[in-house]
Amino acid sequence: MAITSPIDQAATLETEPSSSARGWAAVRDFARRRTLGAIGAVVVLGMIVVGVFAGPLAPYDPLAVDFGAMLAAPSTAHWLGTDAFGRDVLSRLIHGSRTALLVGFGSAVVGATLGAVIGVGSAYFGGRLDLLLQRFMDIFLSFPLIVLALALVAVLGNSIPNVILAITVPMIPRAALVIRSSALAIREMPYVDAARAAGFGHARIILRHMLPNVIAPYLIMLTAFLSQAILLESSLSFLGLGVQEPTAAWGLMLRGAAVDFAEAAPWMALFPGLAISLAVFAFNLFGDSLRDALDPKLRTL
Amino acid sequence: MWKYLLKRFLLMFPTLFGVAVVTFFLIRVIPGDVVELRLAGDRGSVSDDVLRQERARFGLDQPVWKQFVVWTTGVARLDFGTSMWTGSPIWDEIKLRFALSLQVAVMATVIAVLLALPLGVLAALKQDTWVDYAVRIFSIAGLAVPSFWLGIVFILAFLIIFRWLPPMVYTPFWVNPWQNILQLIWPALAVGYRYSAVATRMTRSAMLEVLREDYVRTARAKGLVQRLILVRHALKNAMLPVVTVIALEFAFLIGGLVVTEQVFNLNGIGLLLVQAVSHRDYTLIQALVMLVAGIFIVVNFLMDGMYAWLDPRIRYR
Amino acid sequence: MRDRTMWLVSALVAFAFVVSAGWGAPAFAQDKPRHGGELIFVVPSEPPSYDAHQEETFGLIHPTAPHYNTLMRVDPFDKTGTKPVGDLAESWAISKDGLVYTFKLHKGVKFHDGAEMTSKDVKASYDKIIFPPAGVKSLRKESYSSVEVVEAPDPYTVRFRLKYPESSLLLNLASPWNWIYKADILSKDMHWYETHVMGTGPFTFVTHVKGSEWVGKRNPNYWDKGKPYLDGYRARFVTSSAQQVAAVRAGRAHIQFRSFSPPERDQLVAALGDKITVQESPWDCLNFVSLHHEKKPFDDKRVRRALSLALDRYEASKNLSKITLVKDVGGIQVPGTPYATPPAELEKLAGYGHDIAANRAEAKRLLREAGVPDGFSFTLKNRGIPHPYEPLGIWLIDQWRQIGLNVKQEFVEPAAYYPMLKRGDFEVTMDFQCGFIVEPDLDLPRFVSTSDANYGKHKDKELDELYRKQARAVDPEERKKYVRAFEKRLLDEEAHVIYTLQWHRIVAHSAKVKGWTITPSHYLNNQLDTVWLTE
Repeated sequence: MAITSPIDQAATLETEPSSSARGWAAVRDFARRRTLGAIGAVVVLGMIVVGVFAGPLAPYDPLAVDFGAMLAAPSTAHWLGTDAFGRDVLSRLIHGSRTALLVGFGSAVVGATLGAVIGVGSAYFGGRLDLLLQRFMDIFLSFPLIVLALALVAVLGNSIPNVILAITVPMIPRAALVIRSSALAIREMPYVDAARAAGFGHARIILRHMLPNVIAPYLIMLTAFLSQAILLESSLSFLGLGVQEPTAAWGLMLRGAAVDFAEAAPWMALFPGLAISLAVFAFNLFGDSLRDALDPKLRTL
Repeated sequence: MWKYLLKRFLLMFPTLFGVAVVTFFLIRVIPGDVVELRLAGDRGSVSDDVLRQERARFGLDQPVWKQFVVWTTGVARLDFGTSMWTGSPIWDEIKLRFALSLQVAVMATVIAVLLALPLGVLAALKQDTWVDYAVRIFSIAGLAVPSFWLGIVFILAFLIIFRWLPPMVYTPFWVNPWQNILQLIWPALAVGYRYSAVATRMTRSAMLEVLREDYVRTARAKGLVQRLILVRHALKNAMLPVVTVIALEFAFLIGGLVVTEQVFNLNGIGLLLVQAVSHRDYTLIQALVMLVAGIFIVVNFLMDGMYAWLDPRIRYR
Repeated sequence: MRDRTMWLVSALVAFAFVVSAGWGAPAFAQDKPRHGGELIFVVPSEPPSYDAHQEETFGLIHPTAPHYNTLMRVDPFDKTGTKPVGDLAESWAISKDGLVYTFKLHKGVKFHDGAEMTSKDVKASYDKIIFPPAGVKSLRKESYSSVEVVEAPDPYTVRFRLKYPESSLLLNLASPWNWIYKADILSKDMHWYETHVMGTGPFTFVTHVKGSEWVGKRNPNYWDKGKPYLDGYRARFVTSSAQQVAAVRAGRAHIQFRSFSPPERDQLVAALGDKITVQESPWDCLNFVSLHHEKKPFDDKRVRRALSLALDRYEASKNLSKITLVKDVGGIQVPGTPYATPPAELEKLAGYGHDIAANRAEAKRLLREAGVPDGFSFTLKNRGIPHPYEPLGIWLIDQWRQIGLNVKQEFVEPAAYYPMLKRGDFEVTMDFQCGFIVEPDLDLPRFVSTSDANYGKHKDKELDELYRKQARAVDPEERKKYVRAFEKRLLDEEAHVIYTLQWHRIVAHSAKVKGWTITPSHYLNNQLDTVWLTE
């Protein structure tokens, strides 16, 4: 069972398929019972709003170099100061949230979805396919992430889609493992056997019976990946492996001049660091509460 | 039981082989090779003749499958060859760095366990009170703050407030324990904090699960100490996932601390790996990836073994 | 006429500069060199192999050069780094026809194993460099293509016979890479020096702990009596630049010999005040932009000139020098060195004039004329290195935006950068060059059409001819004329490449370190024989 057994254990499912009605009531209930999670959700929503309306919200062009204002301390003109090129830190933070969200959602959705497809397929068809896919997952799990990221960037370059790819690759096996074990439990259920006996096709059984039941772990993986992806993106950018100047991105804002001027112009390093921490913190709060609500036993994330 | 373990043991080898294949071909897809890099230097131009000669010396002119066969037969005899960048045996390149990474990993693990167990248990016992919230916020913050940023703040604080800097050069523990600890305690703290966050959350959930068991619930009236005694037995099994997380994280730490190592100037395995990739030092990359992946795979095997031993059902899956 | 006077003035200034630097250091001699102490320095990169004949990184020179001597060396007190003096050579003579160089060696020079160093060792070392046997790599073989044979007529005489005269040979023999090895060892194993150290230098080898440090100790039998002053040295390998600065600041290291960035310098000065000595120099390294001559519209010289005209080099000099390793506006020779173009003359080149509005109007006109639409977009490839590549890239893009161009930047991982250049996989790319001694023969060959490093693939017979003429010119004034013409053709008329700003080297070190002078090259002046510590 290789790497999977601890997770198999931890992840036996017992969520009831929830009736999707009562939507608004569920949200209210969530907010009341899981205050921390609700706070996280509000911050996340705020971040999305800022990202969507970055253009009108940002006081300056995030790319405009202005040597006249280089390294200016926070003031009424530049609320969070300027960087070594005189670019407005606040404007770059605001536009940077787009990069963070794009990379975060992009890699989380792709990673969790591909993981789900592989996990469900592996569990449903079993046998040799399962064994083979499991070996592949093992290989990618044990492979050092940094080598993968370095290789991808060196081969494909530093565009946002490539950064998403680099972050996604190690996520897939993790999602696949968790979702496979959930799906395995469903597969053993009598009604799946019944459906098969009744002569339903694979596609129908997977769509009707397997997928709805892995939605909970899928959502949980998704939210967990979101925060990890934002953090990873900033680490990669910091190492020079992520998105590239002059694009506004938080990790990038911490690189180079921010370190050089850490003492003379601390605002350059302080605010992007806070932005990353706050975003990851909020996504985590929300994700944790969501997990508790959906499936208290699924912890191996 | 033994049959299961044997099967698990044997399954490690195809995985290791797969890692070898992926590594070997992946790094050869990356543009640029060690010869060009060593000779190009800062001036950037060298004749094709010299390049050809050097490639031949490393056997890089051979067909790739041949190179792979040569390398894998070497590895099978535990001979990883010499570094293409420095010309020294691989083990000479790795040994001190491995000692350093191993030590940081051990220290961070100790710190994480010391933090996580009491905090996790406490949070679970006081679920949904301010104690629980505080612990969760503390641990999630550990996950949220980028470690490289924390490192920069650490070092600046030392310099500005204390006008002091941790030692810069690694002294093995057996040479000078004090110098050694003085250098490694800071990165271990920075890493241990993040690591404890994962373990704390796991401990909390494991504990909550135990608390839901009937006999524990019925004992609710009896006061905290007695409840803890009751819980102890149930906890042993529930703690398995916690141990798993700690073990896997430990395996990850050996090669995964790239940014932290950079910020604290630790010449550990993670940074060496990055350097090796940027030098296209094929032999060294291959050896390091096999080492890091090997540790991960072995730790997993041990964990599985432990599960099988404790929970007979697994053997038959 | 006016130009001539200007040139005379700047020549005088340069001369005064050299003299004051040359004599300036001994003028400190009131504080007499003190013996003792261990110098600790940080090195941002580690040696690949130990054999300098086949390496090209300062990561080898800095920790290892103190173990060796070279035949000639660059005067350790000459700030321009262009004055050859003897190292193992006590004296030398050049035949009238310029074809025979004869060197007399110091007597009583001992290798660290006790054996005497003689002409046989010099010959063996240079034979390895100039005529490497099969399977032995030598990086600088081509620089000595004029040499026909190296002879050792007696134990203390070495003779170089040339096929044709070459005025730059003497300087080339002062190359910091050409360490003198022991003939007996080389005859047994040409690769021995890749993993071992055995020289005649002022310090003997103690240990190299990989990923950690390199230690050398005073050579008590050093042939240059009284030297070295230090008891030993310790080179610590520290990759992160923030950590390097922190090390000097916290007193855990005295110096880093490559360079700090301006903010790092300011940080050290602010924190340590007069406990820090700052030495600065134009650096013999430069980033320029290469344009692929086979890709439209960069085949059109109007477009290339427009890209150069858009740059406000003087404004950048003022501002970028606050944040990264560049400063002077220069041409194809480092400002202040013998063949450099004086500023007044430089201003006449396209993009070097002070009226930036006029330059940009002209740039826009040229673009229109060449049929390049407003908002035209292309990608600048840049090397993923923080200083000065990244700030320069951001600056270039901003400058080009101001003439209506929409430029994207793509960073290439440092290791993949050189293959990218070689493949020609770019429209416009940041290119670079870095030398160890400022000398046209060493700096300019890469711009000749047939050069391996002509990444933009220009074909320009006239330029090639100008290069050949300057290399063969014996009279310095005549040579200067050709160097100028070469410069005008390369940067202005054809604008084959676009120069940014000269790199600027900043060594901010502990004030305790004396007897070390900055030069335009981080490869030079690392033998440490003249360095001493005040306490």
